[in-house]
Amino acid sequence: MLKKTWYALIAIAVIAGVPIGATAQTIKIGVLHSLSGTMAISETTLKDTILMMVDDINKKGGLLGKKVEAVVVDPASNWPLFAEKARDLLSKEKVAVVFGCWTSVSRKSVLPVFEELNGLLFYPVQYEGEESSNNVFYTGAAPNQQAIPAVEYLMGPEGGSVKRWVLEGTDYVYPRTTNKILEAFLKVKGVAPEDIKINYTPFGHSDWQTEVAAIKSFASAGKKTAVVSTINGDANVPFYKELANAGIKASDIPVVAFSVGEEELAGIDTKNLVGHLAAWNYFQSVKSPTNEGFIKEWHDFIKNPKRVTNDPMEAHYIGFKMWAHAVEQAGTTDVDAVRQAVYGQKVKAPSGFVEVMNTNHHLSKPVMIGEIQANGQFDIVWQTKETIKADAWSPYLAEDKGKVADWSYPWVCGNCTAPKYTD
Amino acid sequence: MPLTHHRWRDGPPSPALRERVLSGAERVRVGVVGLAAILLFLLAAAPPAHADDFTTLVSALGADSFSEKEQAVIALGKLGDGRAILVLTALKDGRLLKAPDGRILIARGAKTIDPLSGTELSDVAADALDRIRVNNRLRGALEGALGELTLFSVDPAARYAAAQDALRHPSPGQAALLEKAIAAEKQPDIRAAMEQSLSAARLLSGSREEQLAALRTLGTTTDPQIKNLLDQFRAAPDTDPELRKAAETALSSIENRLWLVGLAANLFHGISLGSVLLLAAIGLAITFGVMGVINMAHGEMIMLGAYAAYVCQQLFREFLPASWIDGYLVAAIPVAFLFAGAVGVALERSVIRFLYGRPLETLLATWGVSLILQQMVRSIFGSPNREVSNPSWMTGGFDPIGGFTVTWNRVGIIIFCLAVLGALALILNRTSFGLHMRAVTQNRPMASVMGIRTARVDALTFGLGSGIAGMAGVALSQIGNVSPNLGTIYIVDSFLVVVFGGVGNLLGTFVGALSLGIVNKFLEPVAGAILGKIVVLVAIILFIQRRPRGLFALKGRTVEAEA
Repeated sequence: MLKKTWYALIAIAVIAGVPIGATAQTIKIGVLHSLSGTMAISETTLKDTILMMVDDINKKGGLLGKKVEAVVVDPASNWPLFAEKARDLLSKEKVAVVFGCWTSVSRKSVLPVFEELNGLLFYPVQYEGEESSNNVFYTGAAPNQQAIPAVEYLMGPEGGSVKRWVLEGTDYVYPRTTNKILEAFLKVKGVAPEDIKINYTPFGHSDWQTEVAAIKSFASAGKKTAVVSTINGDANVPFYKELANAGIKASDIPVVAFSVGEEELAGIDTKNLVGHLAAWNYFQSVKSPTNEGFIKEWHDFIKNPKRVTNDPMEAHYIGFKMWAHAVEQAGTTDVDAVRQAVYGQKVKAPSGFVEVMNTNHHLSKPVMIGEIQANGQFDIVWQTKETIKADAWSPYLAEDKGKVADWSYPWVCGNCTAPKYTD
Repeated sequence: MPLTHHRWRDGPPSPALRERVLSGAERVRVGVVGLAAILLFLLAAAPPAHADDFTTLVSALGADSFSEKEQAVIALGKLGDGRAILVLTALKDGRLLKAPDGRILIARGAKTIDPLSGTELSDVAADALDRIRVNNRLRGALEGALGELTLFSVDPAARYAAAQDALRHPSPGQAALLEKAIAAEKQPDIRAAMEQSLSAARLLSGSREEQLAALRTLGTTTDPQIKNLLDQFRAAPDTDPELRKAAETALSSIENRLWLVGLAANLFHGISLGSVLLLAAIGLAITFGVMGVINMAHGEMIMLGAYAAYVCQQLFREFLPASWIDGYLVAAIPVAFLFAGAVGVALERSVIRFLYGRPLETLLATWGVSLILQQMVRSIFGSPNREVSNPSWMTGGFDPIGGFTVTWNRVGIIIFCLAVLGALALILNRTSFGLHMRAVTQNRPMASVMGIRTARVDALTFGLGSGIAGMAGVALSQIGNVSPNLGTIYIVDSFLVVVFGGVGNLLGTFVGALSLGIVNKFLEPVAGAILGKIVVLVAIILFIQRRPRGLFALKGRTVEAEA
């Protein structure tokens, strides 16, 4: 039995490329992204981003005088497997930190593991909010840093003074929560319930004829209409193809998407989609010296000048830098010390802004609205002047009233209505 | 090309000059031809525009705020200067550039052109230029302005597009322009489109009688844009009660017609979905239906076909002249058939033939093969989606009755699907290979006794089914993703169709696919995509309970013997 475990350990070590015996001189970090299965399309790039950052830091002499070493595992787009692999990383590999997860359901599945073993996870994807764990740093956007500003932009004169809304989403937790928040927000802004249409389709939905026809007819009620799309993954390509072929132009019915970035557009011919929108906190087309350096580093690392960068990659860039700076500051990789040091860390981000980590474990980020161009890139048509602090809990949801996420004194909690300590 | 428009300011150009301007390789460029035509018209109809206005307005396009740019665009459209078409088209296509010194330039290929004189500039460094950005609001203004300017283009398609643009962005000032365009228009369909736009413009600005007449005309259409316009008109607070009533009548007649259009649209969507299901399932109808092999790798054969289309596209892009690119899809069909067919034959020879009569093992083995194929494709092409673009003849759509768009790629797939089905029926019933195939599947020992090489027939049959799946992949690459997971989307639906239609029966597969498609599409608007799918699935389970052999059950001794 013991022999078997030993063999398994060797196998894991060999697969992960860990030279046995070298562990003392290195700092191990975990990379928990799906390299096979449905999510491989998005997550493989994030694994490469972390490897690039590790490569970079080692070239500059490592961290605390030690080399950083990435332990890459493949949870294969299988949510329970995420939890298993996370446990392996934390208890067997003893990694100092984990960078990983894409879908909310994978994050929810590893969350108890990280809390039980007191690990540290950097989660790089925009998500639905409603969470603040002491063991997770969320480097993607919360709804108030993406969905709400995008809708506000469309409501304004620049966006076309939209009065009627189609909320089109894939049927799972992120679109449902985001749409719940958006619906509440729209009602606060005085949009009548009959001017909001919410529709869900299954994962990988491939026949969009009915939905597109329904959008077209919903839009013919005498009011400027826009589509807010939380369609995720593979369903996007057939959706946009159908839109283009049905002749829906962005100047008639703009579609603003929260899960479509440069990487996703690489699989679509964008000639007929010019003008449809996406809201993110970073676009490859941002003009800033940091971004130019980031793009160059990426192209050099991946050895393909055609590969694009995107928002979650930028989030990993920020997250990795913050963690590395915090380790330097704390002088150790101990999770509790590093966590305290991460608060208030500032990183000059490729977005052109200095982004800071707040005590609610979320970043302050700029918001940008981009329009799709014929070359598959985005033109930034609007952006906030300053960074916006993330709300872990949405002020527009009745059930979130009074909830606070603040891991500093006197609150020290991610989900409470009264401080933990009182003087 | 030296477009020396500035000389024209003095008066209409001589025919010789016009000839010179239109000569050269650029002659075919619709925009330029249209430009010459509109210039002639505008110069004859209106006093020549003031040159300074044009210059100021063009430089205003380089403003920082979108609203300033928008005002400049609207003013340029109203100015009636023909050069504006070039500038506005360039702005719309993202080819209008701003130099660091504030000059505005047009990019054409690698060259930069001065919009004011039309001459080529060589003194600007390309990387110092900033592209002028456009947002949706500006794009709408551009379409409106260009619509007005290109109403007199010599290209019928441009005129038709201009008439439709005018309808989508109606403004009170359009009426006069449209009246002139209608008077000059020879083609009836474009004329009709212009008349609709004219009615829309008159509804906004005309006298009361004109408005009433416009409402009557607009009531006979089914265009959602017009419904939109009428809704706005009716809702406006200062509308005359009589006009409001007329608007309501027009609206209700549009709505009635739209209901019928909706039915037609659902039917078309259903047939289209049915044809996709059918394409995905035909191959399976042979491997599973005829041979009885539960082939879980069927979806991966579809995926291989889609990647064959991708490879063909890349080869065409790389090695053939650009004008041939639209032909890649035609070339991809035989390539995909042969490639997927060859993989199928190899699969049959190396795995499946050892497992005949052991359905469970076959299921597991082919499932393993499907995973291997997926990962192989992922290793070769990478996990992100590959872009397979529609050839121009498969892009866009047309509107047969107003109100719903029939897209060309869907029409193409329906036709292709019927062709494949027809060809397969011919092979099965009219060729000796088809005869052997049926003989082997119906009674193997007897066929063998008659001298048929059953092993060879098995391999070829499996290859045929796989090859057809590959062709389906080419078609599906036109409407969806090309990714390693492509096959998994269709595998369940394919089995559903074959089982529902009746195993071993092509007609059953055909009827099964179409009825599933149509039922699905009529349920979807009522129940939503998710509930619709569930309802269909439950209905099929109940149906199979009643008729385990599907819609069209094979009857005969062999079937009984197998059962």
